[in-house]
Amino acid sequence: MIELIDVALLCMMAVSALAVLWLRNLFAVAMLAGSYSLMAATLYVVLDAVDVAFTEAAVGAGISTVLMLGALTLVPHEEKPSGRHALSGLVVTVGLGALLIYATLDMPSFGDAGAPVHRHVANRYIEDSAAEVGLPNVVTSVLASYRGYDTLGETTVIFTAAIGVLAVLGWGGRPGRRRPPADGETRP
Amino acid sequence: MEVPGLFNYWMVVVLMMAGLYTVIARGNLVKKIVGLNVFQISVFVLYITMGKITGGTAPILGGGLALYSNPLPHVLILTAIVVGVATTALGLALIVRIREAYGTIEEDEILDMERGET
Repeated sequence: MIELIDVALLCMMAVSALAVLWLRNLFAVAMLAGSYSLMAATLYVVLDAVDVAFTEAAVGAGISTVLMLGALTLVPHEEKPSGRHALSGLVVTVGLGALLIYATLDMPSFGDAGAPVHRHVANRYIEDSAAEVGLPNVVTSVLASYRGYDTLGETTVIFTAAIGVLAVLGWGGRPGRRRPPADGETRP
Repeated sequence: MEVPGLFNYWMVVVLMMAGLYTVIARGNLVKKIVGLNVFQISVFVLYITMGKITGGTAPILGGGLALYSNPLPHVLILTAIVVGVATTALGLALIVRIREAYGTIEEDEILDMERGET
């Protein structure tokens, strides 16, 4: 049953990804990207990553879509056809995809408890975090305590991105803001 | 029906390549950002798939359960999701600024304008 849901969700995600590639209306693309993200969140629940599913649904499907729609109110929302790199891009992606699929043949099978990824620090986190940190949720313990510096780095990145957005768009009052140059007018 | 043990990885590669192709072959800058997001989420699915153990449950202690899925990929991806949204926001801000300066968000037209000036 789990496998069935897993396969169905992955196939739906593939369809949305191809529809994103195909459609030219950028509002439709933004909504499809949101639903793609929401399907990924559902998949994380199936794969036992409930905390990641929360974050993906709230931040990935929610805030990302809002940002995208907000940006689309300021830019044109029809994509113009462009076939510049269509063939070379196809060759590169198909070649790279074939190489990656060849590489997956060495990966441990889905759900294998003896896979190398499970043999390192993960068992220590599961066994000792209740005594050392005192929280039932191991993911929270690792996020806030064992790998706290990662989280500090993450907040640094968000802060930097916020400063970057403000530096690029400004607080307001910049001359010529939100107005594309008219025909014949020189660019600033 | 028996699903092959590597099916998730294969689908991840398909999603990844769909995102990469969107970035390469589409000239619209917003479309490129969406392509990057598609690529990014496929990498998240790859990590979460690696953390899954058959018969395991979400790594929340108590309730008399013995087998938990690996919490470490979950933590890494939690961080990556938030960072991904921060980069998306910055990319969209740059697109809005490009639209103000050039009047278009199509890569081809911007390149033509640049060539026409020099």
